Amino acid sequence: MSEVIATNQTILVVGGGISGMTAALEAAECGKQVLLVEKNPTVGGRVSQLYKYFPKLCHPKCGLEINLRRMKANRNLRLMTLTEVTAVEGEAGNYSVTLKTSPRYVNDNCTACGACADAVEAEFDDEHNYGLMKRKGAWLPFNQAYPFRYVLDPRIIGTPDADKAKAACKYDAIDLDMQEEETTITVGAIVWATGWRPYDAGKIQPYGYDRFDNVITSVELERMMDPHGPTGGKILRPSDGKEAKDVAFIQCAGSRDKNHLKHCSRICCMASLKQATYLPEQYGEDYKGTIYYIDIRAIDRLDDFYQNIQKDPNIKFVKSKVASITEDKETGNPVLHGVDTEGYHRYSNPHDLVVLAIGMEPSVPADGFPMEVVINEEGFVELDEKNGAFFAAGCSSDALDVNRAVQSGTASALRAIQVVNRVAGAEG
Amino acid sequence: MSDYNQQMIEKYRGNFLKEVEANVEEGDWVKMCMQCGVCSGSCPLGPHWEHPPQEIFMMIRANKREDILSSSSMWMCTSCYNCIARCPRGLPITHIMHGLATYAKRLGLAPKEQPTAKFAQLFWDNLTKTGRVNELKLGLSLYFMNGFGEGIKTALKMKDVGLGMLKTKRMTPMEMLGGHKCKDVKGLQAMLKKAEELEEARIGKRG
Repeated sequence: MSEVIATNQTILVVGGGISGMTAALEAAECGKQVLLVEKNPTVGGRVSQLYKYFPKLCHPKCGLEINLRRMKANRNLRLMTLTEVTAVEGEAGNYSVTLKTSPRYVNDNCTACGACADAVEAEFDDEHNYGLMKRKGAWLPFNQAYPFRYVLDPRIIGTPDADKAKAACKYDAIDLDMQEEETTITVGAIVWATGWRPYDAGKIQPYGYDRFDNVITSVELERMMDPHGPTGGKILRPSDGKEAKDVAFIQCAGSRDKNHLKHCSRICCMASLKQATYLPEQYGEDYKGTIYYIDIRAIDRLDDFYQNIQKDPNIKFVKSKVASITEDKETGNPVLHGVDTEGYHRYSNPHDLVVLAIGMEPSVPADGFPMEVVINEEGFVELDEKNGAFFAAGCSSDALDVNRAVQSGTASALRAIQVVNRVAGAEG
Repeated sequence: MSDYNQQMIEKYRGNFLKEVEANVEEGDWVKMCMQCGVCSGSCPLGPHWEHPPQEIFMMIRANKREDILSSSSMWMCTSCYNCIARCPRGLPITHIMHGLATYAKRLGLAPKEQPTAKFAQLFWDNLTKTGRVNELKLGLSLYFMNGFGEGIKTALKMKDVGLGMLKTKRMTPMEMLGGHKCKDVKGLQAMLKKAEELEEARIGKRG
């Protein structure tokens, strides 16, 4: 895109999740020129996939709305979606960055009327819902997407579906000739906010995520709770669609484990405690929750939240890392096996549904960075002088909850601002 | 109680964890256990353990010296390695269990009637006599391990297997008379004796 104007006083923010949006907005609101690039067709990231935040149990929609308003109002901030960073060269204050922008096949005439989606027949796994439901080949990523524009899946281009979508559009918004574009820009500092992804639960062999329908992950439960999600806001067993009223949560699923992620993912304890409140929200008093844990890490002010859940007579805590899960063929119930630490009692407990409090790993693998970057053993970016003006924000720097990710985003914005200020000073 | 046991009690008075770290194979891993319980839950023989591994690690830290060393628990380990494969902290649990069993045996505290311990002794005695395992004698001593009556019963129960082995020449009754041996039995036994002396010197066992 030739209209992108960036100089070595521009801050490039990579990743439009909560950390990247925060960093971009904080810097832009300080009067700095900011370019925010996002790989997906919309900003919002993982936060947009959450049902509620802990500890306040409010809906992320609202915070997202505020950030989107701030973005729309700010003239210093430029957003590029469907864009990835492919190469970075240079040094602090003067980076040459190559960007690759994939075609959306929809221009800004789009009114998000949805006629193209109605016309298209092909369906694909819906990324926003972790593949728990299907979406059309022309789709709006979610109802708060920004830019609020449809996208055409590249897999339908060249098929009759693409022509159907074009024919259905009354606003001439579909452009099937859009091509991938490469742009090289100059920036002064880079805020790297590429975030996290849930650890691949199938790799935790004894838990049988890939074998048993009723073993799901915590991020999938978040999607189930969404009224627009795959189950219309209900906690339903994937095997038979029945309401799951006896739910087990397994902590440290993939975290704190030499065989998987060595680090503590930090969010999972609070995530499960939060999800324990979804049960009374759904069922009133007719529910059972069991949390299997090694130790609950609800620190500082979050301890109040933990203590409140402990008071709930329907929620049981079992101090034990579950050794394995089997399936009761007749009922489809997952059966959890292990030995608890408070008395060494052997148990084999059936539940309606098991939620793996899945660990967090950096989205970008160690060999996936566009430049040489100092990362730690777990793949998170270190704060290291060798990284120059490449500053990690949010979950690319550590396993963080939303609150800390926002703080980290702001901190990175300040670091980046110092760099471009130095550049500005030197150039008078 | 052996003198060696007394010697160790005096040396590590009140700190069994230190004693384990110094004397048990892979013992310095014990303090790394975070009590998650995956080992105990993953053990196929788990229900038969008096104290599962996770509990043993806690008991070591709690100075339950006699309870552990005289326990039959670690003798239940069949080296399936499930616990090692799953331990989130990578503790070599199988090796620690064998290490504890070995140490208990060395101290003379191992349970006398535990079948694994008993069989291990029978195997060792059988092997060191000629330098070759005499399967006929080993089998018979195993049958009669728990007394004459039971031995006859087991022998009758197993007679078809035994006859089959004779028929296919997997076993010969001639083994009863001394049996096959290695070339230099005296040399082997001298080696073993020397090894025992070196081992005793290494662990500081007196007399």
